[in-house]
Amino acid sequence: MAAPRYGGRLKRAVVFYIPLTVMVGATLFPFYWMVITSIRPDTELYNVNMNPFYTLHPTLKHFHDLFELTMFPQWAWNTLFIATVSTGISLFCGLLAGYALARLSFRWAAPLGTMIFVTYLVPPTLLFIPLGDVVKTFGLGDTPWAVILTYPTFLIPFCTWLLMGYFKTIPREIEDCARIDGASRLQAMVRISFPLALPGILSAGIFAFTLSWNEFLYALVFLASPQQKTIPIGVFTELVRGDVFYWGPLMAGALLGSIPVAVVYSFFVEHYVTALTGAVKG
Amino acid sequence: MSRITIATGVPVAVREARRPSRLGQLLEKEHVLAGALLAPTLVILTLFIAYPFVLGIWLAVSDKVVGRPGNFIGLDNFRVNLNDSIFLRAFQNTFVYTFIATVLKLALGMAAALLLNHHFRFKRLVRASMLLPWIIPTVLSTLAWQWMFDATFSVFNWMLLNVGVISDRILWLGDGTLAMGCLITVNVWRGMPFFAITLLAGLQTINPDLHEAAEIDGANAWQRFWQVTLPLIKPIMLVVVLFSMIATFADFQLIYVLTRGGPYSSTHVFGTYAYEIAMRAAKLGQGASISLFLFPFLLTVIVFQLWYIRRSD
Repeated sequence: MAAPRYGGRLKRAVVFYIPLTVMVGATLFPFYWMVITSIRPDTELYNVNMNPFYTLHPTLKHFHDLFELTMFPQWAWNTLFIATVSTGISLFCGLLAGYALARLSFRWAAPLGTMIFVTYLVPPTLLFIPLGDVVKTFGLGDTPWAVILTYPTFLIPFCTWLLMGYFKTIPREIEDCARIDGASRLQAMVRISFPLALPGILSAGIFAFTLSWNEFLYALVFLASPQQKTIPIGVFTELVRGDVFYWGPLMAGALLGSIPVAVVYSFFVEHYVTALTGAVKG
Repeated sequence: MSRITIATGVPVAVREARRPSRLGQLLEKEHVLAGALLAPTLVILTLFIAYPFVLGIWLAVSDKVVGRPGNFIGLDNFRVNLNDSIFLRAFQNTFVYTFIATVLKLALGMAAALLLNHHFRFKRLVRASMLLPWIIPTVLSTLAWQWMFDATFSVFNWMLLNVGVISDRILWLGDGTLAMGCLITVNVWRGMPFFAITLLAGLQTINPDLHEAAEIDGANAWQRFWQVTLPLIKPIMLVVVLFSMIATFADFQLIYVLTRGGPYSSTHVFGTYAYEIAMRAAKLGQGASISLFLFPFLLTVIVFQLWYIRRSD
């Protein structure tokens, strides 16, 4: 590690600790703001003369309102269901495709690999209008399946790309040994290579789960009725009436919608970072 | 190769002379197995990417509105767009937003990566919390920003008023240029961690001996950064920039949540304006033609990226 040696403590404070503190402060401030807003009573929230940084009368009223006024528990369930199933589908497809592209020799390997990489870069913004039509044609409009089946369009390419890279790091000889022992091609793949790829599968899964938990555009366009919405859509659309923003419940919802991904992430930081950097390097 | 012994220890051996089924025999052939393994992926990508893409091109040259079939109208939609002042503003905004936000994310992300590359207490905790803006649903954190930019109750106004820097409230989202600045700020806040963490991964692969050698040769920290660090992480930097540019160029949610394209349609980008026309005004054909404007730029970036990957292989 090339840790520069600084002259004195003062210098280290100026070039290191102060910038670091500012950076961490700026990063975390909006989250502090979510928390403090969600527990301040309305009389304080909407009083310009009060110091907004703390409260002496913390309240859970906004959380209570969130559960009374909206279908938040239903949204949370929808989000969890959608994120889990679409992640499962994407991992299944990505695992098989990644293996095929990394390990098997067949004529279309290179162009298919390129094609999947290209779809990885196609943003939802380009496709959401015609995709809305397709979803309607298949009779999926306003059902969880509208997003469960469309999220894999950006999750599968990512999982494939990541797992392909992972399979390339597993020595081919391990499978060859199993095959000499009489395992079939398929058995060698399922029983030898897949278990060895488990860390890669976990990384891809964590990343895919957070992506589908956070998705906005497809859910906004394809899911219309309040009981079908996911947390990001529900909080955004149901707690704003005309020009009136219910900031207390809004921030309570934002906080509760953020905590699950933050918890999942905190358990698997290293896997997440592997996925993040692996996704770029390929 | 100690792992081989582990692998052969796994009981996969099927030594009995059981004749494999016909399907089993077929799957022994690599190209058949490859086809079977790729089939689910190809089905989903064809149905939900390739087909909608073609359909999108058809919509863009049709006058389709919600609830009635469309007719072919050639390039009329594109002509309408190019005469629409809101569209032209969105066109300009998309590039301004992408360019400024990407440059800032790169500069700040690099600074953050250099800071995080030092040894200090709680380093793991700091690195983990740095990524939070990137992990948390963008819509939800953007709502927090919207509240911080509130016309009456903005915390920034409260601080500036109390310090005495300003005497009147600033309407952060009330003016096109200022609102654009707010959008870029939030985008940089959200996207910077991605740069920081990936660049940090790049920095950690640099052999410290190189820095020591340069130091012995009399290079100062600044020179070492430009002459040693930067050339070595250029490849990963370029890839991160391209990824981020695509995402920023095609951004929708951050802008839609914070300003909805307002005030007076002055902060639309391609994504939000396409949504406005297609979903709010129900003009699907017109909307599809707007999102198609994303395509040439995306294609350029993708082709460049593929070329770069081939070259470096």
